[in-house]
Amino acid sequence: MNAQLTPKAAFQETLPTVFGYLGIGIAFGVVGQAAGLSTLEILLMSLLTYGGSVQFVIISMLLGHSALLPMLLSTFLINSRMILMSMTIAPYFKNESLFKNLWIGSLLTDETFALGMNKTNSTAGQLNFAWFNTSNLIAYFAWAVASLLGAFLGNFVASPQELGLDFALVAMFIGLLYLQIISDQVLQVSLQLAVVTFVLVLTYLGLIFIPANILILVITLLGCGFGVIIKHAFF
Amino acid sequence: MPSFNFVFITILGCGVVTWLSRVIPFILLKKFKMSRTLTEFLSFVPLAIMAALWFESLFVQRLGHFPQINLGNLLASVPTVLSAFLSKNLLVIVVVGIISLAAIRFFLSV
Repeated sequence: MNAQLTPKAAFQETLPTVFGYLGIGIAFGVVGQAAGLSTLEILLMSLLTYGGSVQFVIISMLLGHSALLPMLLSTFLINSRMILMSMTIAPYFKNESLFKNLWIGSLLTDETFALGMNKTNSTAGQLNFAWFNTSNLIAYFAWAVASLLGAFLGNFVASPQELGLDFALVAMFIGLLYLQIISDQVLQVSLQLAVVTFVLVLTYLGLIFIPANILILVITLLGCGFGVIIKHAFF
Repeated sequence: MPSFNFVFITILGCGVVTWLSRVIPFILLKKFKMSRTLTEFLSFVPLAIMAALWFESLFVQRLGHFPQINLGNLLASVPTVLSAFLSKNLLVIVVVGIISLAAIRFFLSV
């Protein structure tokens, strides 16, 4: 990543993540189609709900003839990590208009969040609207196009898993995690590794008691708390 | 599958819920300043979220029991982490990851 905060830089830096969106977006389209959603419904869910993993959960709940309220509640719980990410990103846009703030927030995702945080390591802690908006828009359109593609492919492909595409997102998290660790200007590497180890142990134990989708939020909160405590105690 | 109307209301409702989680912090932080403690707490968010999302994919949940290892994802993570070390390039990392899992599924059928 370079220090430029232009749409062009954003385009180049977001491009690798498009593979992740394509992989999971196609998988979503295929799953939706198999569950009996129309192509229009699949596209609308990707455009309006725009929630990544939550969209898979909604489909399975729809299949189980869930009422509306449990689906809304699940959506809130799974996506409440967005609150944390928005809180982390918002200070960078404090001097922009309220509309631009809302716009950036509306299209924020796990991946553009992580990309943005990585970017701040090479821009002396700066982000701007042009860069972030470009990154967000690419993600949004890639997700919509991939979902449509999956809805069509669903007629032909029995199991998209064999292609390894479902790992694209995990690979992206690994890459973004690694790049975050080596480029963070504030937190020491050993401190970060301690937090990552803590998260691993907590994930393993947490999976026994807490549904995976909600666990992410719980672990993130505990991981951050653990980080703050050991930072003051040992670093 | 329920009717289009019900599916549409669900899509819209879940969209609003997700959207509110995304934008409310932006609105609040426009008005209020975060304390230093909160800022410090949030500085760990990228690290913790990415790690949690990765590790969660390495296991298969069985509520009430210890999770099983997701062997395919665990094995595919090895070359992926290695490619991160060597390339420091997100595109390379993602492509290596996809090929690794496809190859592992092909040869080991896990």
